[in-house]
Amino acid sequence: MTAPLLEVRNLRVEFHTRRGTLTALNDVSLTIAPGEVLGMVGESGAGKSMTGAAIIGLIEPPGRIAAGQVLLDGRRIDNLRYDQMRQVRGRQIGAIFQDPLTTLNPLYTVGRQLVETITTHLPLNPAQARKRAIEWLEMVGIPAAAQRIDSYPHEFSGGMRQRVVIALALCAEPRLIVADEPTTALDVSIQAQVIALLKRLAREKGTAMLLVTHDMGVIAETADRVAVMYAGRIAEIGPVRDIVKAPNHPYTAGLMASIPPLDRRVDKLAAIEGSMPRLSAIPPGCAYNPRCPRVFDRCVRERPDLLDAGTTRAACWLHAHG
Amino acid sequence: MLAVSFISFAMFTYVGDPVAIMLGQDFTEAQRAALVAELGLDQPFFVQFLKFIGNAVQGEFGLSYRLSRPVAELIAERAPATLELALCAAVIAMAVGVPMGVYTGLYRHSILSRFFLTFSLIGVSLPTFLIGILLILIFAVALGWLPSFGRGDVVRLGWWTTGFLTVSGLKALILPAITLGVFQLTLIMRLVRAEMMEVLRTDYIKFARARGLSNRAINFGHALKNTLVPVITIAGLQLGAIIAFAIVTETVFQWPGMGLLFIQSVGAADVPVMAAYLMLIALVFVTINLIVDLLYYAVDPRLRIGKGAH
Repeated sequence: MTAPLLEVRNLRVEFHTRRGTLTALNDVSLTIAPGEVLGMVGESGAGKSMTGAAIIGLIEPPGRIAAGQVLLDGRRIDNLRYDQMRQVRGRQIGAIFQDPLTTLNPLYTVGRQLVETITTHLPLNPAQARKRAIEWLEMVGIPAAAQRIDSYPHEFSGGMRQRVVIALALCAEPRLIVADEPTTALDVSIQAQVIALLKRLAREKGTAMLLVTHDMGVIAETADRVAVMYAGRIAEIGPVRDIVKAPNHPYTAGLMASIPPLDRRVDKLAAIEGSMPRLSAIPPGCAYNPRCPRVFDRCVRERPDLLDAGTTRAACWLHAHG
Repeated sequence: MLAVSFISFAMFTYVGDPVAIMLGQDFTEAQRAALVAELGLDQPFFVQFLKFIGNAVQGEFGLSYRLSRPVAELIAERAPATLELALCAAVIAMAVGVPMGVYTGLYRHSILSRFFLTFSLIGVSLPTFLIGILLILIFAVALGWLPSFGRGDVVRLGWWTTGFLTVSGLKALILPAITLGVFQLTLIMRLVRAEMMEVLRTDYIKFARARGLSNRAINFGHALKNTLVPVITIAGLQLGAIIAFAIVTETVFQWPGMGLLFIQSVGAADVPVMAAYLMLIALVFVTINLIVDLLYYAVDPRLRIGKGAH
């Protein structure tokens, strides 16, 4: 196995509130190899977006990284000072946010936002940066890029704006992209196009990607491996084929079963009973035990770590050997 | 404008009796009737009003009852003093208020921010005349650095008289300008602070950080520019208010501007001057609002229509 581009070790993110400390992420470890696409799925509040925010070092107070490390090329980046981290953001790790309607500054032209990003990170003069900006707009499929570069964000549609956001995230040629639900806010008809674009650009540029989404279809189509999050922990992580076809964690299995099949009629959609516990009320033992159809006494007492389960790793006592 | 003119005219037609003041203690009924006829006060209210409007449109506001000089001339004589004072106060308010607002918005918990906020609370709650009197007490009476009243020496440039060109004129300007500006300053500071805190939470600021832009570019470029629209609105309205409410400051400092003229006219029930003053203030407000709307257009591209497709 090649050396990982990004390594997250035992990451723990806490929020100090008046009612006590909430643990939003607990003991999350994962790696992303150069050029690899790691999908991340889970319910709302499972900690998917928090993982992304922790990697780019943009967790909003009162949240903070309480333990663990984030390493890029073996170098710790979670403890860098603001201006050092600034050189990592954009240049090494790009980010794409959920809602393209709010991620662009409404008062600046897209060209200006691209040029300022490019000149911040690359040794180009403004004229060269502008030329590069036009190339990027062409690459993300904006028609008549040379004219559109001086348009303001409100003059673009939602899908086009997300293309601009992708151009902004990639224009300093980072080696990793953290895409936080990049298609959730878009029309269904546009989603596929934007995902295809992201996938193509990532492959062309050899950019690795952490793709956070709750859309299993997007993951199955795009990711190499997938991490399933539940209540601030990774429930299962492994190659996307295996997770989809033969999940080893009961939660993953429930998640897959809840995707309605296209090829036959179903009278009732499968759903997992109950809902994910609130961060303030995570049960002892395995966090999934109240909802798990295969729960047994050990699940209530002890919390499982990620255990080898064939081709994937699952945090489930069913896979404890000996 | 028309509404203001009507209200001001109506109000002053029924307050006080200028005739009694002009004639003094002893007068006969015949003298009174003659003067009333001369001033046109015997005509019905609407006739008086229409005449007033007709003249006002031509810049003709009649004679001051008190000084027996054309009102337009009086106002033109006093306007430069008020406008210079208002301009200085506005510049102080903006030049100090905006940076203080940005600072307190960025570093919410620093000691300096807390100090600024306390200061602004004082600035908002102390009445203007008290600030003026306190400043006079400290800088004019106790320290003797600055004059406590008047405008100092002025230089005449055509019909405009300016205090900017002489040392005594500038010195005389400092205290009243600060007095007038403090309230606006604290208001602008609090507004900028609130807007900054709002804008810094938005996705595009987060995204700008995720792109690795410098703090400077984010705070003073992306963030500050987005706070400008509401700040311009308030600052514009406040500039109007500065000119209008210079009355108090001008009274405290005996500043020979329009506000002082107005106060003196009120004392003498000098209707033409009061009406003209109110009309002028209304004109100032309307003009400033127009300028503010035009500035929106310059700042916010979303308001420019008819360009590009959506």
